[in-house]
Amino acid sequence: MQGQVSPLASAAPQGDDSRALVLRGLRKEYRAGQPVLRGIDLVLPGSGLTAIIGPSGTGKSTLIRCINRLVQPTSGEILFRGQDLAKLSGRSLRSARRRIGMVFQEYNLVERLTVMENLLCGRLGYVPAWRAWLRRFPAQDIARAFDLLDAVGLPGFATRRADALSGGQRQRVGIARAIMQEPDIILADEPTSSLDPKTSVEIMEILHRFAAERNIPVIVNIHNVELAKRFASRIIGMTGGSVVYDGPPQGLTEADLKTIYGGENWME
Amino acid sequence: MTVAAQLDRDWQRFTPLKRLSRFAFYLFAVLALVISLRTIDVIPEFLYDAPDQMTDLFKRMWPPDLSYIQPTLQGLIETLHIATLGTIIAIVLAVPIGLLAARNVTPNFALNLFAKFVFVTSRSINSLVWALLFVAVFGPGPLAGTLAIAFRSIGFTGKLFAEAMEEANAGSIEALTAAGASRMSTLLLGYWPQIRPAFWSIALFRWDINIRESAVLGIVGAGGVGVALDTALNLLYWDQVAVVLIAIFVVVVLAEIVVTSVRTRIL
Repeated sequence: MQGQVSPLASAAPQGDDSRALVLRGLRKEYRAGQPVLRGIDLVLPGSGLTAIIGPSGTGKSTLIRCINRLVQPTSGEILFRGQDLAKLSGRSLRSARRRIGMVFQEYNLVERLTVMENLLCGRLGYVPAWRAWLRRFPAQDIARAFDLLDAVGLPGFATRRADALSGGQRQRVGIARAIMQEPDIILADEPTSSLDPKTSVEIMEILHRFAAERNIPVIVNIHNVELAKRFASRIIGMTGGSVVYDGPPQGLTEADLKTIYGGENWME
Repeated sequence: MTVAAQLDRDWQRFTPLKRLSRFAFYLFAVLALVISLRTIDVIPEFLYDAPDQMTDLFKRMWPPDLSYIQPTLQGLIETLHIATLGTIIAIVLAVPIGLLAARNVTPNFALNLFAKFVFVTSRSINSLVWALLFVAVFGPGPLAGTLAIAFRSIGFTGKLFAEAMEEANAGSIEALTAAGASRMSTLLLGYWPQIRPAFWSIALFRWDINIRESAVLGIVGAGGVGVALDTALNLLYWDQVAVVLIAIFVVVVLAEIVVTSVRTRIL
């Protein structure tokens, strides 16, 4: 596996490597002896959009959640910005997390708060609890939030409540909230799986644009292979808790898809 | 199709064991009803003159002694104070214990159990018994009544707060955690907005209950309109008892109206 990965790692754009992510021997067992991740070795460059594809239940979500430690890895290293994220806890884990944005399948907004308040939730790693409680966020955070609302196509939505939005609008808020963190990396766990095809493309376009414009590496778990090929600069195929494909989207053959998903009837 | 396969496709709502236990339950219920009917001891003489006794009682109550309104109103105001202050104290104490009881907020079995123990203790002791206890500690008066109401209410409000918190959407909390929010920030911006309607609903509901409960605390000397009721009852001044009962009725109805209208506004 390592041999397959290294050439890509060296091909990563130079100068952005401060945001590169290195996984070494990442292993996760929810139940002892039943690994969901079987020792993942990956080097993700510090820019561009990387798509992880693979069948349901193959550990894509677990992999992404191990990176920001929503799931505790059983063993292995997660090297990012000079730290092993797997070893952090308490305050140092929180301050590492605030530089890692996350976008969720079910958006995970706080439904009863307004769009603006949801965006400001992205600043909770920086702003003390009492200031957040009194909604006394720094003026530049609020200005940033307005700019981001424009950037994701929701101008004038600041005072709308999150539960009054459509799925596509919620996901735009979800992405804006992640960008509010001023992240060094964005993790997106099935960001389009609850959305219609057209909205899915729009959401991927926004993620792709942020990755390019702000030079933030984005890792996306995605079920839709076509979307993955269209927007990703690199594709990682997983099956059974291991990486079985790692390369550019053009290199993804039908044989590779067969290895990833198994069988072939579904491809017709 | 083989016989075995045919049997596999035979669908019934309940398994034979479930049917048997359901039948056993119905049988038990009927038996219990029959046995209890046979053991009711009604003394016939009491039943025969019940209509006379009731008319006699109402005759003594009518007309109500309007001069008793003054002490009744004073008692009622004290009762409202006992109920309101008792509810506020209960909420202040129930919120932190509720946080300990909610399994998603406090993933520690020992602490959950401790909190549940506090709730059960609070709820299993009647407010009159709490009142007796506090009368013994602080002497008769509204302080004992207020604390009795507060301690009685911790279990009810705390248990419901904990349940509301356990029902909060875990995804939103996960998102705030992923953004590096501290525990306090997660509570204030993740949990609180989600449980706020439930919180006010529970607080108002308990206040409503507490008005009724605190009206009788005076019977054990814990202040409020119950003292006026107790005095009138002991002296057999039924026309004064009538004033107190009508006053309590009016206040309970008013509280009900207030709670309903406030609740529709906050939800």
